[in-house]
Amino acid sequence: MKITLKIWRQKNAKAKGKFVDYELNEVSTEMSFLEMLDALNEKLIISGGEPIAFEHDCREGICGCCSLYINGQPHGPEEKTTTCELHMRSFKDGSTITIEPFRAKAFPVMKDLIVDRNGFDKIMAAGGFVSIDAGSAQDSNSILIKKKNSDEAFNSATCIGCGACVAACKNASAMLFVSAKVSQFALLEQGKVEAKERVVAMVNKMDDLGFGNCTNTYACEAECPKGISVANIARMNREFLSAKLT
Amino acid sequence: MSNQEFTFTSLTKKITMAIAGLFLIMFLLVHLGINLLILPITENHKEMFTAAAHFMGTNWIVKAFEVVLMAAILIHALLGVILQIQNWTARGQAYKVKSKSTTSFMSKYIIYTGVMIFLFLGLHFYHFYFIKLGLVQAPVVANIAFPQEEHFYELAVYIFTNQLLYSVLYIVAFISLGIHLNHAFQSAFQTLGLNHKKYTPTIKFIGKLYSIIIPLGYIIIPLYFMVMG
Ligand code: FES
Repeated sequence: MKITLKIWRQKNAKAKGKFVDYELNEVSTEMSFLEMLDALNEKLIISGGEPIAFEHDCREGICGCCSLYINGQPHGPEEKTTTCELHMRSFKDGSTITIEPFRAKAFPVMKDLIVDRNGFDKIMAAGGFVSIDAGSAQDSNSILIKKKNSDEAFNSATCIGCGACVAACKNASAMLFVSAKVSQFALLEQGKVEAKERVVAMVNKMDDLGFGNCTNTYACEAECPKGISVANIARMNREFLSAKLT
Repeated sequence: MSNQEFTFTSLTKKITMAIAGLFLIMFLLVHLGINLLILPITENHKEMFTAAAHFMGTNWIVKAFEVVLMAAILIHALLGVILQIQNWTARGQAYKVKSKSTTSFMSKYIIYTGVMIFLFLGLHFYHFYFIKLGLVQAPVVANIAFPQEEHFYELAVYIFTNQLLYSVLYIVAFISLGIHLNHAFQSAFQTLGLNHKKYTPTIKFIGKLYSIIIPLGYIIIPLYFMVMG
């Protein structure tokens, strides 16, 4: 298939970027989206050009490295699919694909399509951990956990921290990410001990970094490649309220 | 030191806004209940309306609530504007391709409908509330000066019958309110952490229903006088 790409090119964090058009004539529908970009980069390198910088690592939807805002959607048009899992069969022959970096003040562009998502690490460092001594492996029945809670904690923990929620949200809010991380701890016994301090610290850090405020439009949930539910945001709000009131 | 020592966190602002909003949502129902008495729904509707207006204007519990109400309006509006400004600046550079994400459609207009309602409130206060407070001279209609809430019935009928522009603005404001509530009702529950598999669909349904029925109830009143003269 033949495609036209409009890709955001930006030399470095300070440079003013612009969109550059590229034509690719022999794209296979079997190619993954990133393989298509690899092919373009090879072409660019051979012709002496600067390859397009984009982030990737696992290429199997688990690391959260890949980003890209493709045709108006983070991770492109497929539901619950990361950019690395996206395939060219999702696009029509002859179509134009616009690729932009994730946009948020808190995610500054470093080069081309790579943005600095360090903010998420800073939020995690503020409270996204358990620091109590959990001791050695417990007898499996010594801490009883409801199946529902362990399932929900697991679901929340499947957040790969890619930042699609921030990219999709019209307010560039990080609340889906933060709430998933708050939830994965708050639902389990070891995490409950520090739950109050954690939620307040993480919310404070999120605000400090300049992420927007959730207005419950739920674009984040619709775009999350892992299907993280906005019920997590409600849980974070609950956790926060109870931390402040008690 | 984090600057949150001096400012409120995003969640504190949101939660406060939701609580104020829910209070306003309840108030809308009370206000509508009284307003509907302007329509000839019973024989003594006028007396009932006047009695209700008198009660609202003199009862000390209601008066105490009036302070809460004004505070709720101001806090809700002020926090809404602060959050919105932060949200506008949080994106930085805009996307070239407009978002194709599935979102709650009406939520995108919440700030604009909010501003419309706020502006309308100014006009509404000028017409009724400020007269009650004695801040504004009531219009002299059919040789009756309207010194206080006893005459709100005549005042309302007069305005809806003779001031087409006000009636149209009134209707536009309540359509805005409907759009506002369509998103805001369920949003307030979510912000307060009340999201539950079993109950959230019901809350959303009630919210949609409320956002249609309440504004419609208000709109019927000027429509009646516009049609019936
Ligand atoms: S590259 Fe790891 S999730 Fe896409």
